[in-house]
Parts: sequence; C-alpha cells; structure tokens
Amino acid sequence: MQLAVWTYEGPPHVGAMRVATAMDGVHYVLHAPQGDTYADLLFTMIERRDRRPPVTYTTFQARDLGKDTAALLQDAIREAAVRFAPQALLVGASCTAELIQDDPAGLAEALDLPCPVIPLELPSYQRKENWGAAETFYRMVRQLADPAVRPAPREGRRPLANLLGPCALGFRHRDDVVEVVKLLDSMGIGVNCVAPLGAAPADLRTLGRADFNVVLYPEIGMEAARWLARTFGQPMIDVVPIGMGATRDFIQAVAALAGVDPAPALANPTTRLPWWSRSVDSTYLTGKRVFIFGDATHAIAAARIARDELGFTVCGLGCYNREFAREMRAAAADHGLDPLITDDHLAVEAAIHAAAPELVLGTQMERHIAKRMGLPCAVISAPVHVQDFPARHSPQMGFEGANVIFDTWVHPLVMGLEEHLLAMFRDDFEFSDAAGPSHLHAQPAPAQVAVAPAPTIVAQADIPWTSDAERELRKVPFFVRGKARTNTERYAALEGRVQIDIATLYDAKAHYAR
Amino acid sequence: MSGETGLAPAIAPTDTGCADAPVLRERGQRAVFCGLTGIVWLHRKMQDAFFLVVGSRTCAHLLQSAAGVMIFAEPRFATAIIEERDLAGMADCHDELDRIVAQLLARRPEIRTLFLVGSCPSEVIKLDLGKAAQRLDRTLGTDRGAGVGTRVLHYSGSGIETTFTEGEDACLAALVPHMPAASAGAAPALLVVGTLPDVVEDQFRRLFGELGIGNVGWLPARQLADLPAVGAHTRFLLAQPFLGETVGALQNRGARHLPALFPFGAEGTTEWLRAAADAFGVCPMQFNRVAAPGRERAKRAIAHSQDRLRGKRITFLPDSQLEVPLARFLATELGMVPVEVGTPYLHRELMARELPLLPSATRISEGQHLDRQLDRVRADRPDLTVCGLGLANPLEAEGLSTKWAIELVFSPIHGFDQAGDLADLFARPLRRRDVLRV
Repeated sequence: MQLAVWTYEGPPHVGAMRVATAMDGVHYVLHAPQGDTYADLLFTMIERRDRRPPVTYTTFQARDLGKDTAALLQDAIREAAVRFAPQALLVGASCTAELIQDDPAGLAEALDLPCPVIPLELPSYQRKENWGAAETFYRMVRQLADPAVRPAPREGRRPLANLLGPCALGFRHRDDVVEVVKLLDSMGIGVNCVAPLGAAPADLRTLGRADFNVVLYPEIGMEAARWLARTFGQPMIDVVPIGMGATRDFIQAVAALAGVDPAPALANPTTRLPWWSRSVDSTYLTGKRVFIFGDATHAIAAARIARDELGFTVCGLGCYNREFAREMRAAAADHGLDPLITDDHLAVEAAIHAAAPELVLGTQMERHIAKRMGLPCAVISAPVHVQDFPARHSPQMGFEGANVIFDTWVHPLVMGLEEHLLAMFRDDFEFSDAAGPSHLHAQPAPAQVAVAPAPTIVAQADIPWTSDAERELRKVPFFVRGKARTNTERYAALEGRVQIDIATLYDAKAHYAR
Repeated sequence: MSGETGLAPAIAPTDTGCADAPVLRERGQRAVFCGLTGIVWLHRKMQDAFFLVVGSRTCAHLLQSAAGVMIFAEPRFATAIIEERDLAGMADCHDELDRIVAQLLARRPEIRTLFLVGSCPSEVIKLDLGKAAQRLDRTLGTDRGAGVGTRVLHYSGSGIETTFTEGEDACLAALVPHMPAASAGAAPALLVVGTLPDVVEDQFRRLFGELGIGNVGWLPARQLADLPAVGAHTRFLLAQPFLGETVGALQNRGARHLPALFPFGAEGTTEWLRAAADAFGVCPMQFNRVAAPGRERAKRAIAHSQDRLRGKRITFLPDSQLEVPLARFLATELGMVPVEVGTPYLHRELMARELPLLPSATRISEGQHLDRQLDRVRADRPDLTVCGLGLANPLEAEGLSTKWAIELVFSPIHGFDQAGDLADLFARPLRRRDVLRV
C-alpha cells in the first residue's frame, strides 16, 4: 500500500476517458461501481465542456454483486450502442470491476454489435492516467487504421503529417494544435489527421495516408506512433516544439524529413522571446535559481528554456511519470543534476525546500507548495486547475508558445527595476512593508502580515537571534526575508555559532552569495 | 397548491400532498458520488479526527477532485492505495495497514480518532477493516503513551454500498456505539444529529438556550474526544435527512426520535424547534417569544427571492436525499412548482412530515436511469434543474438553467438566518440568466 493525499495522475480508465472524450463518434462503456461517475466533472468543469463525456457507467451496487454484474454490463453496452450509435465502442473496467473479473471483451463480442468494439485492458493497480490514455489510443489506432491506405504519390501535392497525442484535459493541447498546424502550413506541409483530439474513428482509418507522424505529446501519442512506424513504415518526429530552440529544431527536423525549405518557418516575425530576454530589464533574471517539476515532456522542455533562453540556473528537475524516467535522467545529467522521479508530493516538497529556488515551475501541486513557502511559481504541466484552461489563446508550443512562456514565467518574479528600487529604498518609512499597500494610503497600516518562511519543514538548530540581528533582518525586502532567515540559520548551525548577530547575518550572506 | 407564503403559522395542505403518491423507481446508470465524498465536510467538522480511505487510486483521485482546493490545506484525510502486491497476496494487507497507520500518526500525532474508511476495492476483496480497526485500537487506544491514545474506528463509504451523503450516515452510525452511556436517572437531554457548519450549530445552540433547553449534545461533536452521552433520556432531532442508519443505532441505545420537518426555511425551522420545545415542556408563549424574531427575519430574507422564483418549475436529480425537504421549502415558502423530485433513496419514515406538503402533482422518483431521466428533463423543460457538476454545463448548453447540487451540502443552509441564502442559491442562476446579454 502507498499513502497518498495528492495524486499527480488519476487511474488509467481516466486516461481512456480522456481519449474517448477527445474524439467524435466514440462511446466508452465503463464497468464501474456507483460513484466513479465523478470523473465526468473533470471534463465538464475543469475543461468546461458543453456536453457529457461519451461514457456510460454500469454503476453496479453491492446488491448486484451476488447476482449478475455481467448481464448489467451487457445491458449497458446494448443500450449505449442503440442510444448513441457510435462509430466505435470502447469497453473496459475500472479498478473495482477489474477485481470482480467480468470479461468486458468477451461479453461485448457476444452482443454482435454493428460497430467495431475495442476492449481495453487497463491494470488499475499498476498503471496510471497517462499510460491509460496512451494504451487506449494505441489500441484504437491498431484496430482501426486501415493498412491498405497509403500515401498518394508525392508529385503535385503537399507533404502530409498526422499530429498524434493531443487529448481532452491536456494542458494547452487545444492551442498547441493551432500553433503547430500553422507552423507546418508555413512550410507547405498539410495535416492529414489530428488525433485523438477532434478525430472520429473514420479519421483513424486514414492515418496511413500521411507521409509521417508528429508526436506532440509522447506521454499519449508515442505508443501509437511506434506501432505506425513499425507497421506502416511511417517515420516520426519526436522533437517537442516547446521553447525557441526546440521549435527551431522541430522545424529543421520536419523540413529534412519532408524535403522542404525550413527558412520561411524559421523567419517568424511574431517571435519576441529572444529580444525580450536580451533587453536590459531581463538582466536581473541571470542565474535565478529555478526548480522544475511536471510531466517529463514539459519539465525537460522547460529546463532547456530556463537555462538557454532565459539565463536561469536550473537547481532541481524531475517528473512524476516513471514511464519517461530514462528521458528525464538524460536531461537532468545535461543540467548536472540528480533527477527527481517520484509521484510523492511530500518528496517534491522536501526537494524544493532543500534546493532553495527563487522560482518554481511545476503543476498545480507545486503552485501550492510554493505558495506555502512564499516562493514565486508558474504552471508548466498537468495536473492543472480550471484557470489553466483559459479562454484566451495560450499555447506552449511554437513561437507564440515561447512568447506566452516568457510572460508566464517572468510575471511572478518582481520586475528588475522594481526589485532595484525596493532594495534601494527599503529603509524609507513610506516604503517599508509595515506601511501597507500604497493604494490604501489613507487607511491605517494593517497588522504586520508576516510573509512567513512557511512552517519550517526541515527543523533548523534552535539558535537565538540577537535583537540587533532581528532588526537588521527586517531591512531585507520581505519577499526574500524568509530565505535570508533560513540561510542564516542554516549557516549558523553549520558554523556552530551559539547566537545569530549582525555579523552572522552578513557572513551567511557572503557564504551563499553567487 | 398553497403557493401563498403569508404569515400563517403552519402550512395546511388541502390534500395529502405526496404522502401516498406513487414513486417512480428506476435502475440503471446513476450519476452520483459515493459515500467517500462525505469525508470532505466531515473532516472539517471533526477537528481531532483523520480519515484514512483504504482503496485505489480512483478513490484518491475522487477525493482530490471533490475537495478542489481544500486538498492543499494539509487536510486530515488520505488514501492508502492498494497495489498489485497487496492483491497478489505478496504483501499482507493488515501488516501494510499497520505500517501506513504508524507512518500517518508519526506525521500527525495530534489525531485522536482515526477512521479506516472502506471503499469498493476493499469491500470486494473483503479486507476486514472492522477487525483491523479493533486491532489498531488495542495498540493505539487509550493505553498509548501517557494515557493519550488514538481511537481507531471503521465504516464504509464505498460506492457499492453508499451514495454521497450516506457516507456521513455510515460514519455517525459507527460513532454511536462509542458514545458514553448516560446514567439511568439522568435528566432529559436533547441531541442534534447531523453535521452542521459551526456557525449554524452556534445559532441553534443559542436558540435552544433561550428556550431553556440547556442540555444539548451534538453528533458529530467538534472534538470527537467529547462525544455526548446517550441513553433512554435522550431525545434527538435530525438536522439532516440522510441519517437512517444513525437513527436505528441511536434507537438501539434507547434514544427517541422527535419527528419534525427538516430545518429549512422559516416554517421548517420553526417546526423543528417546536418539536424540541414540545418534548422539553417549553410553554408556547416562551416558544413564540424565542422563535418569532428569527422566523420573521427568515421570511423577510426569503421575500427577496420570491418574485423571481414564484411559479417557476423545478426538477431535482438524485444526489443527497436533501431533495424532498428542499422541494418542500421551495414549494411552500417560495411558490415554486416541483416537477420531478428525484432522490437516491426515499426514507419514507423520515420524510413522513415532508411528503404531505409537496404538491400532489409532483413526480417522485427514487434511484436513477440517467439517460431516461434526462429525456424526461428535456421533455419537461423545467425553469431550473438541480443536478451534479457532471451534468450542469451540458444542460446549460442545451438551454436549461441549472443549480449545481453539491453546493447545497457544503453551504450553510439550515435555520432561520440561512433561509434567505438558501432561497438565493436557487434564485441566482435565474437572475444570472436574466442579466446576461451575450
């Protein structure tokens, strides 16, 4: 057993739901107990979908267990096939139904339905959401893609690509697809099929018409792409175009594969990240320590952007999906780091504390960890909450994605000039944090809101501060005061000091100075 | 029906309402939460308790999704996720559980009551959590350390056995045997059963005090270390309609139920308080003196929503068992017209005061066949549909206004001073519909 409060990923049948919901003309009959329908609200609330996910649950109860849950499943399949008339039907079991061992595949086959039935085996006690999505998509492609459909002769037509991996409940998948389609179009490359997002089973039949596959999200699309490469001989592009450098690499790789000129795509006039990053206001970003955690694809891409495009120092890097541990280890080695591969948020919290970053890039969980530690943070990966399914266009991929990323990551940091001014005038009576926000000037200063260095997680040795040192510490701007306190106490413990005076404070500052 | 909500002292239906109405019973897909969801509000109420679900990743994911942002406040609940090794018998589930409980209590040593909460997977593999709780209670109970121990209890919140709020029923029923026994000659005492937000509990406590009913216990108590006593002298009021099991457990210990409307709206709250006042011999003049100001305030507050809601047709999809009393409140005090009132389970005895007050044309349904019920909603086209979050946006997109039901469980809605808020919860979606120009 494993003790869990937060989970980065849901069970694998939620991955299957994400594929079914992403597609048109698919219905999923899930053998599951009453209560498992909770997963519907991920789609209707977080992604704000305007229709129910195409999922029918058997919702069996205890009184059904002694009787015939198999018949219940068959009834549900039969009714769903009539009511929804899908082009393809997925059948499978959730964790509880896996234990009662009805056979969804056999039971569905016995019904002799007028549409293809794709049985899913998703081991709930070993695997998780991303794996479930990848497996479901792979099974569908394998069963539905028509091997007789091949690319037309190249003369007189644009090269064609499939985009594999975008899905329901995917972090910015909607807008990434728009960006990548635009990018390919600027190279004269057409898109044959985007799948699973927006594809129907009939579209999957014609996957073979494309000249190559682009795997946008390896977590979901790689299994299917590998099978297509083996079976159809379709080559794949697995460079994920998140960030300037990666987008350029992507363009070069696609151009080479498709035999087109990359120059028009590379000369993108809407690219702002390189100049924004070179402008003097960004100088203060240099060497900022950043901790990165998320799914492997987004975390690895973020690390490259952080180091090469924003000039940060990556002080921690990890992912929660073990399936991509190898890729993560290679990326971490490139940054001279030990990778953190865990799905235990407490381990992530401890690692963030130990790394003492100035910015955290992560998921919804890291956002809350950072909040408690008083650290700035931006979200780069699922799991995310409703605010990260925005109404506005907000891709992560391509050149516009790089623009979005620059803004998103820099906003939580105090802007350079502002930081300079705060330091310069920190003793000014009107500027001290005790004076309260300036727009409430007429109001009496609110009671001191301690920007707490959060409940100290790793207990520091209990070394007393002199009152002079405490006063001096208060002169440190509030947003780094917590860190200054922690560093000083850690340094004092390291040096075996019996009390912390002003000298200790500045010794520590010198010790930890970059 | 009596849509008039004047100052008449009680609601007098012209016929027997839905007391003997036929009930549409359906089986099929049910779009409901399982009883584990109750943990989300129970752990806020019971401040010294921890809820450890023994289940799968699905259970953990459910709690995380249902609790929303609350999960980030270091909540007092968690899931012991069953893994392949446990199923294959490679690990002994009881040893594993002991290890996890030790790990948990090392992190949260202030916990005084630990609930082991059963789930579908733990029930299906027949993991005996009752036995595990007994064993752990022996080692961690009152003998632990310096006389301060952690009591370990067990109940099931599995979807195969419980629907949404029935999780609270199962939890409270598990607490009843641990309530101290009152001495035989004890003076009569009142017990209020069902989780209420603290602010509402305090309001009721004040009202009972003014009525001269001083000896009032609450189940659950804020600190489970202080469970109230129970015995033949105990008279209890239900604050929530979904507590059938708990009622049985309390009756087994000699306590007597005071039948009443549930305390929603001016009339419901008045009758609920009156049931206690009558049982404790409070004189009617005293009762009126205490109840009248709150009742008048409630009526004034409700009036704000009356114009918007009067005559509007409303359908409830099954969710929490609050549907019948809420429909009664909306029909009798706001003049709404219930079209269909669906409930996951209809406890006739506990609804005995409520059902006669529903207009006799109301369609009462128990259980669910989701697709057929949605067909009825589309045919009925009510002005407002009360439903779960998985259905609300899809119905809105079809042009049907909705009120999402979970809010009715999480928000303070009981008593005089919440009556206006309760009415507004139903008025707001319609108001919004009227103001939007997009």
